[in-house]
Amino acid sequence: MIVRIMGEGQVKLADGHFAELNKLDDELLEEMESGDESGFRRTLHALLDKVRELGTPLPDDALEPSELILPAQDATLDEVKDMLSDDGLIPG
Amino acid sequence: MSGVMKRMGMIFRAKANKALDRAEDPRETLDYSYQKQLELLQKVRRGVADVATSRKRLELQLAQLNKQSSTLEDQGRKALALGREDLAREALSRRAALQQQVTDLETQHQTLQGEEEKLTLAAQRLQAKVDAFRTKKETIKATYTAAQAQTRIGEAFSGISEEMGDVGMAIQRAEDKTAQLQARAGAIDELLASGALDDSSGLAKDDIQSELDRLSGGTDVELELQRMKAELAGGSSGGKQAIEGGQGQSQTPQPQDTPRFDKQ
Repeated sequence: MIVRIMGEGQVKLADGHFAELNKLDDELLEEMESGDESGFRRTLHALLDKVRELGTPLPDDALEPSELILPAQDATLDEVKDMLSDDGLIPG
Repeated sequence: MSGVMKRMGMIFRAKANKALDRAEDPRETLDYSYQKQLELLQKVRRGVADVATSRKRLELQLAQLNKQSSTLEDQGRKALALGREDLAREALSRRAALQQQVTDLETQHQTLQGEEEKLTLAAQRLQAKVDAFRTKKETIKATYTAAQAQTRIGEAFSGISEEMGDVGMAIQRAEDKTAQLQARAGAIDELLASGALDDSSGLAKDDIQSELDRLSGGTDVELELQRMKAELAGGSSGGKQAIEGGQGQSQTPQPQDTPRFDKQ
């Protein structure tokens, strides 16, 4: 599966790694919904590190659709909340 | 998976699809893309021209330096011939400085030449790609237009076939109804004949009435026969006349009518 880290690029991950990543991902969602900024930041970093560690980076000129997308390393809780609001990432 | 990753991915895809849907005509997108490629090609060509111009400028500078260098050499030679070693030394040292510049410029010239060759090759390749894209674009556009036309024709055809289907259904329905009516008529006839259904017109009789009629009709005939026998046995002429008279009265219209009924 191909995962995009916004602002960084794409990595290819073997499906076997997803159980591990899902745990962090669910944690991240919980922290985002509860508004736990520090927890959110910590989990996001952990998740991104894990993705980078387990995945193989795709070349910049590769044209592969990402199946999963992760916020950028420096994204704030509010920014991510905005991205997931009804209006989504691209307005309109 | 229901976390942030999945949700963001879903939102991205939904938005991307929306953005794609908004692109009205793929032919326009192709033309736009071709236009962009032409612009890129133009840029590369301009780059090649710029590099060539710089190379030419370097060549001119080199020629000028070489000219100056040979002038200084001549001057040195002349100074030596005139016994002015100091002047000759000055000329040669200036020439040496120029030579250094010439060497530097020659290196630059070589680099530029290499760059120019690479760019020329890239421009040629790009030109070939753009040409290929143009051909492909026109093919895709033609295919798209054809597909559009085909879809329209297909839609028209399916419309027609639907109508034809409707006509077919109508005929089928009419046939079914006729068959149904015929079957019903047949069934009614049978039911009437069997007496299970009453004939409201009074024309048909049930089997019991028919039998009664037959029986009573038979009785009348028997009675009439006995009466006639008794009359004949009595030998009265009045009775014979009465029969002849009766026949005479009924004979007048009958002979013409009877055969007509027989024919039918």
